[in-house]
Amino acid sequence: MKHILSLIVLNHAGVLTRVAGLFSRRGYNIESIAVGITEDPNVSRMTIVVDGDENVVEQITKNVHKLIDVLKVSDITHDDCVDRELALIKVTANSSNRSEILQIVDIFRARIVDVGEQSVIVEVTGDEGKVDAIIQLLRPYGIKEVARTGMIAMVRGTKMQKTPSRRVINI
Amino acid sequence: MLDKMINNTGDKEEKGKPVRLSGAQAFVQALIDQGVDTIFGYPGGSVLPIYDAIYQSPLRHILVRHEQAAAHAADGYARATGRPGVCLATSGPGATNLVTGIATAWMDSSPVVAFTGNVARQLIGRDAFQEADITGITLPITKHNFVVREAGELPRIIREAFHIATTGRPGPVLVDIPKDVTLEEITYQYTDHVNLPGFRPTYQGHIRQINEAARAIMAAKRPVLYIGGGVISSGAADLVRQLAEKVGLPVTFTLMGIGGFPGHHPLALGMLGMHGTVYANLAVSRCDLLIAVGARFDDRVTGRLDSFAREAKIIHIDIDPAEIGKNVRVDIPVVGDARTVLAELIRKVSTKREAEWLGQIEEWKKQYPLRYKEDPAGSIMPQFLVEEIYAVTGGHAVVASDVGQHQMWLAQYYKFSTPRSHISSGGLGTMGFGFPAGIGAALGRPDRQVWCLCGDGSFQMNSQELTTAAVYGIPVKVVVCNNGYLGMVRQWQEIFFANRLSHSDIGSGPDLVKLAEAHGVPARRVEKPAELRAALEWAAARQDGPVLVDVRVAREANVFPMVPLGAGLEDMIGKEGWVK
Ligand SMILES: Cc1ncc(C[n+]2csc(CCOP(=O)(O)OP(=O)(O)O)c2C)c(N)n1
Ligand SMILES: [Mg+2]
Repeated sequence: MKHILSLIVLNHAGVLTRVAGLFSRRGYNIESIAVGITEDPNVSRMTIVVDGDENVVEQITKNVHKLIDVLKVSDITHDDCVDRELALIKVTANSSNRSEILQIVDIFRARIVDVGEQSVIVEVTGDEGKVDAIIQLLRPYGIKEVARTGMIAMVRGTKMQKTPSRRVINI
Repeated sequence: MLDKMINNTGDKEEKGKPVRLSGAQAFVQALIDQGVDTIFGYPGGSVLPIYDAIYQSPLRHILVRHEQAAAHAADGYARATGRPGVCLATSGPGATNLVTGIATAWMDSSPVVAFTGNVARQLIGRDAFQEADITGITLPITKHNFVVREAGELPRIIREAFHIATTGRPGPVLVDIPKDVTLEEITYQYTDHVNLPGFRPTYQGHIRQINEAARAIMAAKRPVLYIGGGVISSGAADLVRQLAEKVGLPVTFTLMGIGGFPGHHPLALGMLGMHGTVYANLAVSRCDLLIAVGARFDDRVTGRLDSFAREAKIIHIDIDPAEIGKNVRVDIPVVGDARTVLAELIRKVSTKREAEWLGQIEEWKKQYPLRYKEDPAGSIMPQFLVEEIYAVTGGHAVVASDVGQHQMWLAQYYKFSTPRSHISSGGLGTMGFGFPAGIGAALGRPDRQVWCLCGDGSFQMNSQELTTAAVYGIPVKVVVCNNGYLGMVRQWQEIFFANRLSHSDIGSGPDLVKLAEAHGVPARRVEKPAELRAALEWAAARQDGPVLVDVRVAREANVFPMVPLGAGLEDMIGKEGWVK
């Protein structure tokens, strides 16, 4: 089953390797991973999509949580959340089929961001299904390149994935 | 101008006073401020400034003869004392030589803090001379690791490293220090603040879970308590005993849990698992409640999972949430420190005793005692060797072991009665661990007699440390259980590979007595059972330095009982102590 994990991590060198290593160790291939800083520049959010057995993913998640640089991990697979992905798709296009492509782009509320002699670049955002669908429809025209960001996600409403307050532990 | 004097006064006011120090001096000062008295290390180019700061400092530095031994000695020191063990190595090969030792500490949750030098910052990542990405290499075998990017970070990182290594579930931490960082000048000021928002182990167990565990214990007719290394590291041995005695719980322990409950106690079942006692394995197989404390259901412990404790409800008390449900389904998980949780649990249960169950266990104990056959040729049986060491030490020694048959015989026949007395590589099973770990233990516990029971194969993996022991006059008593075989390998080949002894016969090997003497260590060889006691007493009597006794034992003795790989705990072979 596909799992969406949302992590809040300290913006330290190596944190991505530490997280990724825990998945590869159990033979799990991360489908997508997207990282970017949050409202706090010392803290990043990572969204990981991984396919795997419920129990194993849970155990990996607990190990991720143990990493010193990880502040919070949530499995938001079953939460009501907004998930988005951005894709750039370079499609073969010439004067004869450009208008057909434009129609598809319109339907998906995507955009043409570059026009060349032999191709156009389409930019689309949406959930995974939408991005998959437009790629499917553009395929007959000849796709030259695809770049996808991987999913980012956020739980809807007031429920928030907070960064814990920086507590000072006195030893 | 640097303030040259290292402050070792422990005076509170002096301690907090800011001083100008080089990175290397700050390193030494920070270790002293952490309460470190001993470090194990080996110098090299990138740690020369650190070694210069160590020179004539109050730190006791033990120069080993191989960095692997520095890591094992730090580990042995930590296991014997409960305080973090510290080792230091240079960049590149020095750092990679530590790796086996760090992995050993990682698998057994031992608080080792390892320091490595590295090449200067501007050379990192350029394949400089003796550069190794040691933080990359040790990523999966440390609790955490650090690269010090500037000298100003050094005091904080050292504080955090010790805090992480010793807090929650203990484990190794590595700190990598580029050479030029140790040359920078900083203002050093002692503080004990640690700010790690992502690191907050849960000590207190959830009260609802503890209540539920207490109810399950009161309802159980056939309960068993199964303890692991977590009991030792949390200092919970006395509470394990209180709980066991209050509700009449038979107690079995893992290799790491040895000493967490007195081996001679009437409720003790001995070790469980692959080479556990028949009665421990039967008790776990038939129990209706298994209470696991600080144990991790290792495959050497559980045997075949689907038949492990199959009639039992399982309570799992562990400080590490990632251990819960990792290998077996758990009915009542309690995440928390063993000591804290057990203290609460003891209050919630009332005195009882399941006479029928305890009677059944007594019967099993009578029917299947641990035993062995004498050798027809009259050689020393290795089990007898362990019994004799027990007799000579009155059961009060700290004993470190290597890995193999001798390790299992020690675990079976030496009835350890206190925590931190049995030191062995359980999780990684590292041959060559015992001797250097014994050196570390002896330095950490000068009040205890420290023995090392080594295999002949294992001993040869770190025998260079004979020199270290001799030079510093470290009073370790090395007993080599010499069967001329990689005995455990030979046993498996005998049982599972039609006795095809491929590369397990290591013959009479080097003359260990001469080898020891060449290193300045007095040594004796024993070949007859009648001579054994005197030789061991001779070893016990030496106060001011190491000794070695090379004991030639029956070559083909096997460790029984045994749960073959893939079998359930009930399907042991050699229940009688041997196979017909
Ligand atoms: C570093 C390392 N290499 C290989 C092994 C595999 N191994 C496990 S036990 C054993 C034999 C140990 O021989 P010895 O030290 O003589 O002990 P014995 O079994 O004879 O008592 C070997 C090779 C290991 N555990 N560690
Ligand atoms: Mg041997």
